[in-house]
Amino acid sequence: MRALLLVLLLLLAPRAFAVEPSERLADPALEARARSITAELRCLVCQNESVDESGADLAHDIRVLVRDRLKAGDTNAQARQAVVDRYGQFVLLRPRVEPATYVLWFAPVALLVVGFGATVVWLRGRPASIAAPSPLDDAERTRLDAMLREDASLPAVPVPTRDSQPALAQDGEA
Amino acid sequence: MIAELGHFALILALFVAIVQASVPLIGAARRHAGWMAVGRTCALVEFGLIALAMAALMHAYVTSDFSVANVYENSHTDKPLLYKLTGVWGNHEGSMLLWVFMLSLCAAAVAVFSDNLPPALRARVLAVQGMIGVGFLLFILFTSNPFLRLWPAPPNGRGLNPVLQDPGLAFHPPFLYLGYVGFSVAFAFAVAALIEGRVDAAWARWVRPWTLASWCALTIGIAMGSWWAYYTLGWGGWWFWDPVENASFMPWLVGTALIHSSIVVEKRDTLKSWTILLAIITFSLSLVGTFLVRSGVLTSVHAFATDPTRGTFILLLLLVAIGGSLTLYAVRAPALKGGGLFAPISREGALVLNNLLLSCGCATVFLGTLYPLFLDAVGGPKLSVGFPFFNRTFAPLMVPMVIAVGVGPMLAWKRGDLLGALQRLWVAYIATAVTLLVAFYVTYGGPVLAVLGLGLAAWLGSAVLVEFAERIRLFRLPLADSFHRAIHLPRSAYGMTIAHFGLAVSVAGFAASAFAQEAIEVLRPGESLHIAAYTLTLQKVERMPGPNYTADDASVQITRDGTQIAVVHPQRRFFPLQQQTTGETAIRTNLLADLYVALGDGDAEGNWTVRAYWKPLVPWIWIGAVIMAFGGLVSLSDRRWRVGVAARARRAPAGAMPAPGE
Amino acid sequence: MRRLIYLLPVLLFGVLAGYFALALRPGYDPQTLPSAMIDKPAPDFDLAALQGDAKLSRDGLIGKPIVVNFFASWCVPCRIEHPLLMRLSQQEHIPLYGIDYKDKPEDAQRLLTQLGDPYRLIGMDREGHVGLDFGVYGVPETYVIDKTGRIRKRFVGPLSAEQVDQELLPLLRQLSAS
Repeated sequence: MRALLLVLLLLLAPRAFAVEPSERLADPALEARARSITAELRCLVCQNESVDESGADLAHDIRVLVRDRLKAGDTNAQARQAVVDRYGQFVLLRPRVEPATYVLWFAPVALLVVGFGATVVWLRGRPASIAAPSPLDDAERTRLDAMLREDASLPAVPVPTRDSQPALAQDGEA
Repeated sequence: MIAELGHFALILALFVAIVQASVPLIGAARRHAGWMAVGRTCALVEFGLIALAMAALMHAYVTSDFSVANVYENSHTDKPLLYKLTGVWGNHEGSMLLWVFMLSLCAAAVAVFSDNLPPALRARVLAVQGMIGVGFLLFILFTSNPFLRLWPAPPNGRGLNPVLQDPGLAFHPPFLYLGYVGFSVAFAFAVAALIEGRVDAAWARWVRPWTLASWCALTIGIAMGSWWAYYTLGWGGWWFWDPVENASFMPWLVGTALIHSSIVVEKRDTLKSWTILLAIITFSLSLVGTFLVRSGVLTSVHAFATDPTRGTFILLLLLVAIGGSLTLYAVRAPALKGGGLFAPISREGALVLNNLLLSCGCATVFLGTLYPLFLDAVGGPKLSVGFPFFNRTFAPLMVPMVIAVGVGPMLAWKRGDLLGALQRLWVAYIATAVTLLVAFYVTYGGPVLAVLGLGLAAWLGSAVLVEFAERIRLFRLPLADSFHRAIHLPRSAYGMTIAHFGLAVSVAGFAASAFAQEAIEVLRPGESLHIAAYTLTLQKVERMPGPNYTADDASVQITRDGTQIAVVHPQRRFFPLQQQTTGETAIRTNLLADLYVALGDGDAEGNWTVRAYWKPLVPWIWIGAVIMAFGGLVSLSDRRWRVGVAARARRAPAGAMPAPGE
Repeated sequence: MRRLIYLLPVLLFGVLAGYFALALRPGYDPQTLPSAMIDKPAPDFDLAALQGDAKLSRDGLIGKPIVVNFFASWCVPCRIEHPLLMRLSQQEHIPLYGIDYKDKPEDAQRLLTQLGDPYRLIGMDREGHVGLDFGVYGVPETYVIDKTGRIRKRFVGPLSAEQVDQELLPLLRQLSAS
């Protein structure tokens, strides 16, 4: 019931339609900075749209706030902080890299490394019979040629070349 | 009366599902043919009953029977017929019914197309399907019954959320659910194999078509959802890394890994326990997604109105289904012995790399989606994980993946020749280099990463073509011989080529979206704005009546170099019933770029905000997805999968089919 | 050792299920955001009152614990909590101040004439600037401010009787006592 009411309350907030021309700053460089900030701020009312994209009234207010701060000479970080001061870290679509988010930010890389390591360990731990059939050295090659010459009935099959490899694939069939 | 019939059919379906979940299982354990055969009958009957329930609910919607609470809450007499029909699944209860409908459809399909399966395996697969059915039918009947009555019946309903009144609702959820639920077949096969303790090439061959079919459906479902969001939202975004989107994307990622690893099981009799695990995880992620969407633990634009009882119930279902299957896995999987050996540089090795990267990608999405929940649960700060996180973590993981997709198919099974493969790809280097140079020149000063993305797409696209040319020995043999080879290539090989090419097309679309241009202006009728090479003139805005809304319909003339190209009509629609306004965008595409026009707010003096976007290559995102799904279907039509072939193949000697593999 | 690896998936799932269970615990609502302003000084404001020439300002309110309620005449849930606010002011004699958020004075006046006026004083925040400074993200929101002017608690959405009895009133008693 509470959730429903909340939804009701949010829907009834007057709606506009994302960045409005009237909000824009005259200075294109400043405006571009404002856009880059608000694109990474979360609109709290619509939950998963950015402030830049959202049509909600609150998003409009935050867009204006950020622009006012930039006009007043704030750096990007300061303008962002002004919004965080009011609404908390929840507004940041890009979570800060800090102890609470180390797991979040570094786990993907760690997983890849661990996964890669585990795969290598697994491959190494298997019997190596096929893993490395070393190519024929010169002595072997001479012996093979000699054997082939001895048995003239055999066609002169050359040492496997790259081109013959697709034939290997058939071994895997069925 | 008809609603009660539907309700009754659901209850009956529950009992049938209980029989389906138990009797064949006992039959399989005791080798009792009659008991095993019950599974087939049950699956068909259950499908019939749930289809009846579905039809009953649709009937209630079409006839606007507001004595049914679900119809009252989500429909209205003025609603167009299409949305009366599709509105059936535009709400929690109805969509759950669609969910079990798809589940029973899959079970029935297994029952019909499983003549070639050993009876015990078939019985176990159907029993596992039955168990899932029991769980979800209980869930519907106890927490989300769509057939509950209201008395007295209200004179009219509350209507459907205007955002959902779109043709997208007719296709997006059914395809998505077919994909989610289709993976239950692979799951059931995996659990059945664990019970039997046997996984072999034949098993992989049986499970592959089901996985492929579900994957195709999910691909289409996700692509349609993304396209729907794109043309609806009014600023042209197509993917938001929203928790609910991620919930659909995760099964897709793991499902893609599953398709690839099952190839290795089939061809080389190895990676068995890994493939089983993937089959379990893929469907588990579908279930977790269901939990996330319907329990209210995550905030999302797409989430259904939620209540905690439902969450608890689904959590119990998760514990039984996922916990149970993973426990079985822990007990039985160590006994599965891998067969074929291979060198790290080989087709198998490439597929392992594919699995590694896709799994890491999925884990990243999973972590990003659930991290706020984890942190909050242990008393940490509330935070958001949005697109900037995923762009910085998921995207880099997919770059080596896309590069590897170009090389992997060039490697031979068992032991490949990486250097040779790289040498044979020289055409791809040239294509990539040319693309990079041209893209860099044309977009000079623009985003460099996007240029690299286009290079990546060119690499993959050309590598796929090189691989295909190699396979038919194009320019090495006379053309006629190459043509002959092309005709005799197995469908699965074509499927792979097509799907990989589709990926390249999509990657180009993703990358080029960074070059989009935007123009937002306040215009009076007669005034113009300029975007890319076009001039857009707002000619007039008229008020027009719709079936259950009134629209402000703008006529926007698009001209280029003074010549009119088109007049498009973006709208603002006001739905008086819900007091809600939605936008209807107008998109003019030439398949190379979209010109996207949305109408914003108007004021009393006749000033209108017009938002225009020029989005190069953006249609390629969905064209690529459709090509991928088509590749899946082509692969699905391979004669190896046809009924009976798998059984014959088991007996046939190796190499009966001169296929160079996918 | 090798068998342990096969146990890993089910163990990980166990952890996950534990988190899910935590998120479903009664009384926990993942949708509600804690205020970033808790235990911070309330932002400065100085608003024209709805009636008369008085001013509603932060400095004028410091010295005793108070309750500030953001409301608007266009907000439907505000009507739901209205009877509770009436009870708070008339039976519990809570110092309740209103901030009328993005609203027209005549509309607000009509609402109060219709349903009764629970507020000691109402400030007009026509542009929503004060709401923005407080971190309001949807009306109604209710703030408890202590006598030094710090925000101690925020309630999002319409107040419920339980929230008033179990959280708001005890907190106010505690703040008045200290």
